[in-house]
Amino acid sequence: MSAASMTLQAGGAKCKPRGPCSGSSCACESEKSVVAQKQEREEDEAGEKDDGAVDVEKLQQKLIDLTETLLAEEVLDQQFTQLQQLQDESNPEFVSEVVSLFFEDSARLMEELTESLKQDPINYVAVDAHVHQFKGSSSSIGAQKVKAVCIKFRKFCEEKDREGCQKCLEQLKQEFALVKSKLEHMFELEQQILAAGGSLPYPEEEY
Amino acid sequence: MELLMELSSKMTTNNYPVSQKRFAAAISSIPEAHVLAVDDSIVDRKLIEGLLKTSLYKVTAVDSALKALEFLGVRDGCSTSLRPNASQVNLIITDYCMPGMTGYDLLKAIKDSTALREIPVVVMSSENSPNRIESCLKEGAEEFLIKPVKISDVKRLWSYIRNPTKAPCSGSGETLGPSPICSKRKVGSLEGLQVKSNPESQPCLNGVIVA
Repeated sequence: MSAASMTLQAGGAKCKPRGPCSGSSCACESEKSVVAQKQEREEDEAGEKDDGAVDVEKLQQKLIDLTETLLAEEVLDQQFTQLQQLQDESNPEFVSEVVSLFFEDSARLMEELTESLKQDPINYVAVDAHVHQFKGSSSSIGAQKVKAVCIKFRKFCEEKDREGCQKCLEQLKQEFALVKSKLEHMFELEQQILAAGGSLPYPEEEY
Repeated sequence: MELLMELSSKMTTNNYPVSQKRFAAAISSIPEAHVLAVDDSIVDRKLIEGLLKTSLYKVTAVDSALKALEFLGVRDGCSTSLRPNASQVNLIITDYCMPGMTGYDLLKAIKDSTALREIPVVVMSSENSPNRIESCLKEGAEEFLIKPVKISDVKRLWSYIRNPTKAPCSGSGETLGPSPICSKRKVGSLEGLQVKSNPESQPCLNGVIVA
């Protein structure tokens, strides 16, 4: 992963959700400075020459730290932890499968919302129906901030507030891009861990 | 037996050690139950499938109430001869808000059908509406779950499943009353509610067809 031309836009992620990042303009770690990323890459590469197990542990810790940060910042909530608990040997890619469906479904909904809000007059019932769906799916995967914007959006629909709706759509796009970029980073780390022969540090299902 | 063989073949997988839970379940005498899940949201269908499978249920997921009725062998309100797979459905879990026929309509259709009324039905919704909840429970739903559905919700579903190794309409003559564990934990207090005859007084968005 080249650190030289990292962009800081959360919405510019070019990584595939389940593969190593090979693009030169990748927003996977947009929260870190370019210098820090370069340093990290050098450390990772150094780790590979030594004991491979250390590398895996480091990646596992990074994954744990990232997940904990996202929970603390309320980008994700405990529903996401539920998804992780459902991933096991019989369902080894459950989280990425559900999340991929969420990405596709959300892209469709945001397109529909963009078109709906261009209409004159706006059909607020139709807009609200799309936002309701978006609220449901974001809630189901634990995308807390996205869900919160959807709740606000529905109020503006009720009030038939065009400007409020437009602002919410913009916010929705931003929050969605953020959570997408973070989740793609998580999946990339997971692939690296699995490729190195490690196991994923997921929470165990509680009885 | 099949599960045992499947698990034993996977016990050498490096990445995912066979969990104690699944192995214990495989060697215990838990019979397999078949759940029909109905939800128009592709994300929620995937989630409910994952939730149900982790509890060892066999799952059929459909995206509309009409497809659910088709699967169960009921067309236009009349029971046709039940398809063999339909007679093995031990539980139906359905979303409330769906375009066209709602989860409530589906619940009513099932409870109105002599062939299907014994199948327990659980309704899910993201809206915590007392009227909606009351009307579903009155119509015979075992429970009303507030979305997002969690692992702990699904674990409770087992208490509603009757005769998991036999067809629910076995004609054995046994009385199948409501489950004593019909939990209203998610429902909140229903005391003092005015029961409205039309549950659709709460808008359900089902009149809007979303592509």
